[in-house]
Amino acid sequence: MGISRLTTINFDSELRRAGAHSTHGWRRLLFLAQRYLLGTIGLVIMVLFVWMAISADLICRYDPLSVDSAQRLAAPSAAHWMGTDSFGRDVWSRIVHGARVSLAVGIGATALGSSIGVIVGLASGYLSGWVDLLFQRITDILQALPLLVLALVMTAALGPSLPNVIIAIAIPLIPTVARVIRANTLALRELPFVEAAKSIGMSEIRIALRHVLPNTLAPLIVLATAQLGSTILTEASLSFLGLGIPEPYPSWGRMLSESAAEYVRTAPWLVIFPGVAISLAVFGTNLFGDALRDILDPRQRG
Amino acid sequence: MTETRTEDTVLDVKNLQTVFFTNSGLFRAVDDVSFSVRRGETLAIVGESGCGKSVTALSVMRLVPDPPGRVVGGSVTLEGTDLLGLDEAEMRNIRGNRISMIFQEPMTSLNPVMRIGDQITEVLRLHREMTSKETWAKAVEMLRLVRIPEPERRAQEYPHQLSGGMRQRAMIAMALACRPALLIADEPTTALDVTIQAQILALIVDLQKTLGTGLILITHDLGVVAQTAQRVIVMYAGKKVEEATVEDLFENPRHPYTRGLMASMPAVISFGAKTDARLTEIPGMVPSLTNLPPGCAFAPRCSLAVDRCRAEYPPLQETGGDHFAACWRATEMVAAP
Amino acid sequence: MTDQRPLLEVTDLVKHYAVRGGILRRRVGTVHAVDGVSFSVGKGETLGLVGESGCGKSTVARSVLRLVEPSSGAIKLNGTDITGLSKAEMRPHRRSMQIVFQDPFASLNPRMTAGDIVGEPLGVHGLAKGRAQQERVAELFAQVGLRADQMKNYPHQFSGGQRQRICIARALSLGPSLIVCDEPVSALDVSIQAQVINLLIDLQRKNDFSYLFIAHDLAVVAHISHRVAVMYLGRIVEIAEKSELFANPRHPYTQALLASVPIADPKAKRLAPMVDGDVPSPINPPSGCAFHTRCRYAMDRCKLERPALVEAGEGHQVACWLNDGTGRAE
Repeated sequence: MGISRLTTINFDSELRRAGAHSTHGWRRLLFLAQRYLLGTIGLVIMVLFVWMAISADLICRYDPLSVDSAQRLAAPSAAHWMGTDSFGRDVWSRIVHGARVSLAVGIGATALGSSIGVIVGLASGYLSGWVDLLFQRITDILQALPLLVLALVMTAALGPSLPNVIIAIAIPLIPTVARVIRANTLALRELPFVEAAKSIGMSEIRIALRHVLPNTLAPLIVLATAQLGSTILTEASLSFLGLGIPEPYPSWGRMLSESAAEYVRTAPWLVIFPGVAISLAVFGTNLFGDALRDILDPRQRG
Repeated sequence: MTETRTEDTVLDVKNLQTVFFTNSGLFRAVDDVSFSVRRGETLAIVGESGCGKSVTALSVMRLVPDPPGRVVGGSVTLEGTDLLGLDEAEMRNIRGNRISMIFQEPMTSLNPVMRIGDQITEVLRLHREMTSKETWAKAVEMLRLVRIPEPERRAQEYPHQLSGGMRQRAMIAMALACRPALLIADEPTTALDVTIQAQILALIVDLQKTLGTGLILITHDLGVVAQTAQRVIVMYAGKKVEEATVEDLFENPRHPYTRGLMASMPAVISFGAKTDARLTEIPGMVPSLTNLPPGCAFAPRCSLAVDRCRAEYPPLQETGGDHFAACWRATEMVAAP
Repeated sequence: MTDQRPLLEVTDLVKHYAVRGGILRRRVGTVHAVDGVSFSVGKGETLGLVGESGCGKSTVARSVLRLVEPSSGAIKLNGTDITGLSKAEMRPHRRSMQIVFQDPFASLNPRMTAGDIVGEPLGVHGLAKGRAQQERVAELFAQVGLRADQMKNYPHQFSGGQRQRICIARALSLGPSLIVCDEPVSALDVSIQAQVINLLIDLQRKNDFSYLFIAHDLAVVAHISHRVAVMYLGRIVEIAEKSELFANPRHPYTQALLASVPIADPKAKRLAPMVDGDVPSPINPPSGCAFHTRCRYAMDRCKLERPALVEAGEGHQVACWLNDGTGRAE
């Protein structure tokens, strides 16, 4: 603390400048954006990727699938911002379209895994007894296997296709989500407002859906955002290993694997740009997830 | 108290200001608060939750979490040393040694994986040069002093083996081990049952008399204040609104808030009281510190408020005989019943 | 008001919890949370239930509402024994009794608006829907001193005292004849406490329902109750009309409780604790009279035989061997 910092503060002007008085709307958002600068950067990165995925056809000059043998392995230039690959396909177009695959898998798998996880966690925590015991042991077994290995086995079994990749990545997510939801449910079950609901004669299912579930949403959102990054990474890893999204859809992971060994010296842009895209997307979701946790989790709130 | 420090003064706090910066804005948790504590004196700080009484104590201890809080003004002088000017190492040497603090929750204030005796010897080892044999003997002596039965055996036990009352006794033993000049007790009995509260309060007052320690007792319970303190400060919304000797305060409260507090307490045991007599209540609620009214913070709840109260904050004035109140109408209160 | 047939009659209520330990979760002990409690609450009457933490007063409250299942004993509401009723059979009785909890922060679902919280019981029991429900909720808001425009606000937008008002409105919504208040003002500031106590008193005057009022604070209980029961380690040790109990406490524990309350008058300094030591664990309560370990009058007999709750004056019952020699073993 020290005496040197004992300065007088003009509270009111300081407060106004910080935007602390505004409790809602844009000013509040601006205030939060300033307080959680890194989270804002993460959000901007995420929004950029989403925008890229949505308007992919508008921002690319080339079809990501069109082969141009005259332009094989062209270095980045005005015509091809990120160069071309060994088939002469435009890397920028493939990165932009690859965002679609990454986000579809990331969001799809997170949503699917979270939904099932919520149902399992809620049932497990609220019903307790043998249901809980059964779910808990299955969860334990699932959690003992690494995410990637499990996804590998799943895709190998189901065969590579977009829905199968989503399912394969979603299943390992279930136990993580179910655990958090179960722990929350157990805590909520003991709270007086749940007892109050019982004392008015409400049915158990209605209590679970109306009083318990909505109160697990904040930790769920935090968890899902944090998982989004790792699902994107898993998809890239699966594709890198040849088990992800099948040709001809562009996928960042496969773009890496196709070029990593052969062209890393001769055409480094084929490795650098997909790598940067993966890192940036994961980095963005993680930054945003951290900030979201700080804002939504009261235990961390200053 | 505004008079100069006397020989006897242990702690002198002048114009203390502590602010907090949170998501919902910046607020003055302690705003221009001054007081002093003499050797062997008990000063009670009373107020409701959020009035700044605990932050005042933390500011004196220099334990305000930073961020979000910070002491931004004033001085805290302990036995002639300005604590706000010390560096962290010097301050650590003061804490537990010259000032000690006991908290409301005796379970979370003790380390659950350390024996009671070890926790007391740790304080002694930090501040006194003693052999480990001497410190253990001293720890047992301290446990005996706080009237824990079988102190030799209890010193070997862990916190969870002790009851709530015993734990609070152990906390007191720890706090007094180095014979501090000042003890700050923040709601020391709030978490305890009433029969245990009586035991602990009696113990604190007794020990303070024998050891001559200055005591700051922070509480919301006017009953506890009346039974233990010599001087009382009443705080509201971060400001000191009244200060007086305990007899004077209870006999002749000058600030409408103090009066309201006293009236709203259910008469301790209403022997002959009518079965369902209503209590006198203070209307409204404690204002949010981030959004204080311009004038007196109590004005919106005060039945005596006039236009001036809503426009200007009343300064703390002596209303006769070492009795201070921050109210535009305090002098009228003297005459009022 | 007590001469009519009582609204609530609790007889020999017992609630034991198993303490399990070890890998096999074997029963290693029993918590005697409530150990044979009998009392009654008349129509329009307030019975205060005081005691220190762990004495079982909250378990009594929850048992009465069947939020916990009692181990044995009978709970009669308007003459019907509600112990052993199925969930469906219990539903109509739930309308007659409601509860207000201690913690106003945890008793309201943070994701629901205040209006929805208060209106929910009406919907569950099919009493009012849509506009009619809104109107009824607005009425209830007015009764507890809240504005109708606050119905759309969420719990975090209210102060502690206001939240407790919402809880009271929710309890009132079904028009109960008994409201169990479990430490309803303990978490509130002194100035707000008075507001809530006054509200409870006013509502009772208007609606003539009964309260089972549970608190550790003697002053609060003394203020609101008609009769007071003192609990110690799962048992009622003394029960009497309020004025009688405070003027003429018979049980040494009641005397100690009264003497331990700090009086807000510096001239009445008397910080002499009446009892030493701590409340024993309810897992292995002491033999005989559970209070004998802390009682200054304890005799040999107190350690061996448990005194029953016997009449010691008009409506005044005490469980103590000192009771003018009229004490009786169970």
